Amino acid sequence: MRVAVVVFPGSNCDHDAYHVIQHLLNIDVDFVWHKEKDLSKYGAVIVPGGFAYGDYLRAGAIARFSPIMEEVIKFANRGKPVIGICNGFQILVESGLLPGALINNRNIKFISRDVCIRAENSDTIFTSYYDEGELLTIPIAHRQGNYFAKPDDIRQLKDNGQIAFTYYPEDTDGNPNGSLESIAGILNGAKNVLGMMPHPERAAEEILGAPDGLKIFQSMLGVS
Amino acid sequence: MKAKIYITYKEGILDPEGNTVKRALKSMGFETLDTVQFGKYIEMTFNDVTKEEAELLTDDACRKLLANHNTQSYTFEVTDE
Repeated sequence: MRVAVVVFPGSNCDHDAYHVIQHLLNIDVDFVWHKEKDLSKYGAVIVPGGFAYGDYLRAGAIARFSPIMEEVIKFANRGKPVIGICNGFQILVESGLLPGALINNRNIKFISRDVCIRAENSDTIFTSYYDEGELLTIPIAHRQGNYFAKPDDIRQLKDNGQIAFTYYPEDTDGNPNGSLESIAGILNGAKNVLGMMPHPERAAEEILGAPDGLKIFQSMLGVS
Repeated sequence: MKAKIYITYKEGILDPEGNTVKRALKSMGFETLDTVQFGKYIEMTFNDVTKEEAELLTDDACRKLLANHNTQSYTFEVTDE
């Protein structure tokens, strides 16, 4: 098993993701430049955070047309695990792998702080190491993380168990950016693609505060 | 050919910049002000195309990249400048 961390011009959480997979989980990982067109040797793909293409136009809108994204879409459609974190989530939404959109935070500010999120569904490849309802402390760092989707999409997300994480509590204090249904992370219909605004790769070691995010990667890769 | 493209949020989408500017204008005395809508304005020019071709290309660019169909709507005009 090898893991790919996709790198766009402007990615800046790629090394954090690499560190978690290679040094904490001892699984081989490669940076894959966005102009590459082959993911055949990988078992999982991470689309990391950052500001791909400077977030010009809309966050993720231009990165979505990088050559590697066609391969990421094919990879996902074969049922293999793809996780998009922060800007990676924005890119997956723009690519159509996940429904909805991420718009400006309610207060139009860049928010960088720890938040509390709740694991809503422990029956997925990304969340199987969490208890349902488990509360995690994980940082966010974004300006466009306010999740929006059409009512039909929201209904489908809820009915199909596609809401992976919600900000907790759901009130104004708990929901930092105004996301509908307090959504912090969602899955695709087949549940092999996860997009989330919080940064689990920044919360994977005790030395960084809390290791609450590590289980996402352990669960995705089936290791302890 | 020159295309002038206007992109705005769809109704019901939170527009915090528009809301903030609206409150500021109201407090400055613009009492009859009803709505403030923020958006993007983009200009593109094309070489060697007819007006109809430029319109089709502009619409294609808006659908594929410039506007997000979930949250934004767009209008444009093409002139032979």
